[in-house]
Amino acid sequence: MADGDKAVPEREFPLKLPEFKCGAMEGLEPFRAAPEHNEALGFPGELVPDWKEKAIAYMGELARKNRAFQVYLDMCVKCGACTDKCHYYLGTGDPNNMPVARQDLLRSVYRRYYTFAGKYFPWLVGARDLTEDVLKEWYSYYHQCSECRRCSVFCPYGIDTAEITMAARDILDHVGIGMKYSNEIIGKVHKVGNNLGLPGKALKATLEDLEEDIEDDTGVSVRLPLDEKGADILLVTPSADFFAEPHIDGLIGYAKVFHETGASWTLSSYASEAANFGLFIGSYENMREVALRIRKAAEDLGVKRIVFGECGHAWRVAYSFLNTLAGPFDFLDQNYPIPQHILEYTWDAIQKGKLKFDKSKNDHYRLTYHDSCNVARASRMGDEPGGQFEIPRNVIKAVCNHFYDMPEETIREATLCCGGGGGLLTDDLMDLRIKGASPRMTALQQVTEDHGVTHMAAICAICKTQFSKVMPKYGYEMDSIVSVHQLVSNAIILTGQETEEDDADGAKAEEQP
Amino acid sequence: MLGTIYALLFYVATLLLVAGLVRKIWVYARTPAPLKIPTTPAPTTLGGVVLRIFMEVVFFQSLFKSNKWIWALGWMFHMSMWLVLLRHVRYFQENIWWIVELAQPFGTYAGFTMLIGLAGLLARRFLVNRVRYISAPSDYLMLVLLLLIVVTGLSMRWVAHTDIVMVKSYMTGLLRFRIGELPGDFNLLAHLALVAVLMIVFPISKLLHVPGVFFSPSRNQVDNAREKRHLAPWAAELEK
Repeated sequence: MADGDKAVPEREFPLKLPEFKCGAMEGLEPFRAAPEHNEALGFPGELVPDWKEKAIAYMGELARKNRAFQVYLDMCVKCGACTDKCHYYLGTGDPNNMPVARQDLLRSVYRRYYTFAGKYFPWLVGARDLTEDVLKEWYSYYHQCSECRRCSVFCPYGIDTAEITMAARDILDHVGIGMKYSNEIIGKVHKVGNNLGLPGKALKATLEDLEEDIEDDTGVSVRLPLDEKGADILLVTPSADFFAEPHIDGLIGYAKVFHETGASWTLSSYASEAANFGLFIGSYENMREVALRIRKAAEDLGVKRIVFGECGHAWRVAYSFLNTLAGPFDFLDQNYPIPQHILEYTWDAIQKGKLKFDKSKNDHYRLTYHDSCNVARASRMGDEPGGQFEIPRNVIKAVCNHFYDMPEETIREATLCCGGGGGLLTDDLMDLRIKGASPRMTALQQVTEDHGVTHMAAICAICKTQFSKVMPKYGYEMDSIVSVHQLVSNAIILTGQETEEDDADGAKAEEQP
Repeated sequence: MLGTIYALLFYVATLLLVAGLVRKIWVYARTPAPLKIPTTPAPTTLGGVVLRIFMEVVFFQSLFKSNKWIWALGWMFHMSMWLVLLRHVRYFQENIWWIVELAQPFGTYAGFTMLIGLAGLLARRFLVNRVRYISAPSDYLMLVLLLLIVVTGLSMRWVAHTDIVMVKSYMTGLLRFRIGELPGDFNLLAHLALVAVLMIVFPISKLLHVPGVFFSPSRNQVDNAREKRHLAPWAAELEK
């Protein structure tokens, strides 16, 4: 930890406010990007000599180009409503992790150069000059925000710290200070098509292996097509779904649902990534470039629909921004939402009675559901506001017998971030990730005590990876986090699937040859 | 003499207030919101958005969810202020509107609830370490300024009456650019000077939350990103 405190925060519910630990996380920095990683994204490789003028000028440009930035910087009244809402503040006790304090790191500089009061009476309004120390402070604390928008829900004016964080990271990038994890990954997407840098051939082999696994498991041949021209549906899913646990079990779930509904679908090797880290660094241009790959793939493959797999921020970019960044999508079938979430697809199929389940297959789980921040507070599913909360729960309840929600103030729009979102899912920020997860882990502990909950389902690749890493620190197994479509996959009965007895006999025979 | 000084003060203050606010509102309205960022769940229709903002402006809905203390103190202060302001309209008109008549009895007592609200908010700034940490001198001074306005105002109603008929004829005169005479009472002169200060700092301070709340993209956008393409003019340039 930045403060040398290795202890996992206490877990008591209702969430307790931490003691102030001023400077506890000061100086915590993720690795900085190498020059080539910055340059690949159109940013200067290293800190430019005239960084001060550049940063101030770019701040002004952002204020002219983005109303949110301008209005949010002006109108905060410092009421304090947000101060106890950030999971990083709750987990670290560092006052600079209170949303308003985090915003003020930048607001104080904006005021100095762009407001009357800050220009002539800086001491009065807490305005300050931009210095190299301020840049360092920005780099540190704007990488302790997961852009989860929880503060925005509770702000009387809807001020969204995520917007300020994105702007700060964008300004830093523009003077040559990039973050390694995010910038390197965006570079890979521009070059190869996914965050992992997984080339088409490797992807093909992975999918074939999965097809074999499913057939071994169920006796049914379920396809995972890649680059199939003329398919109806293009599935865009986070690349973690191709190799990580429990993500991959979710991918198997999507494939089974598509199979059972008789859909003609395909993945694309060109757009083999739903994630769009351009969002995290606040770069419209990079986010647009990544999004345009999806449009190109859809056009090249001649699909009629685009469906997104389980990924939180990807769904924000898809639902809220794709039309803006890469639209209009007039070449797609207008009878379906553009784009559609895999859960919307599955829930629709369930409602139409197209899927058969044996819910008892999930009886070894007692489940709760973690609303991922970007899905909860920055997107929607279905036709009604709040569908993003109900549809995942409806699907879980359709395939599981034991479901219990966590305390109301920690779910739905008030959901707590996993602690690894917003481009912070990197090992060099592990201290922060562990502490940031503590409010969520506290809420989980509560349902474990009250209802014996053993597993938590999520629909975000980052949440899944983050939890599988940090849950062991809180006394849960690393596989206590599951994909929602993993539950679907467990329970679904495919047409022609071997019966329970056959299956059990077969499994026994294999285990004891 | 006094009448002329205060007339000048109020004309300048009014000019700065109006010009400053018009300029800011113009800037807010003209600045594009490049992306759809309503905090969801968000309304899917314009009518829904109007209702959402109404609930925020009139009932402080989000603040209510957030913190009951800040909500109670803040809401009490703001609503009392509206009543007090409404009651003050009578000093600017010959024929008093019925709504102003109606507000009169409530408005006179609203000064006290306004005082309680402000005092509570100021106390929070000192007593709650989270709020103290984020407070700049201007945050305290703004509350002090409002408190002094309320105290001087209440003193005229409950302690030392001023010649209110004379004040009224002065104010109605100002509206017609006729400068009359003001009573020389200290509490009146202090009250008016502080109000002028408030008007002057309004467009260059956090009081910009008043127009700002209507322009907050996380609250005023319709959740219809999939149905309707949203594109900022500068972003459209990228497509050329």
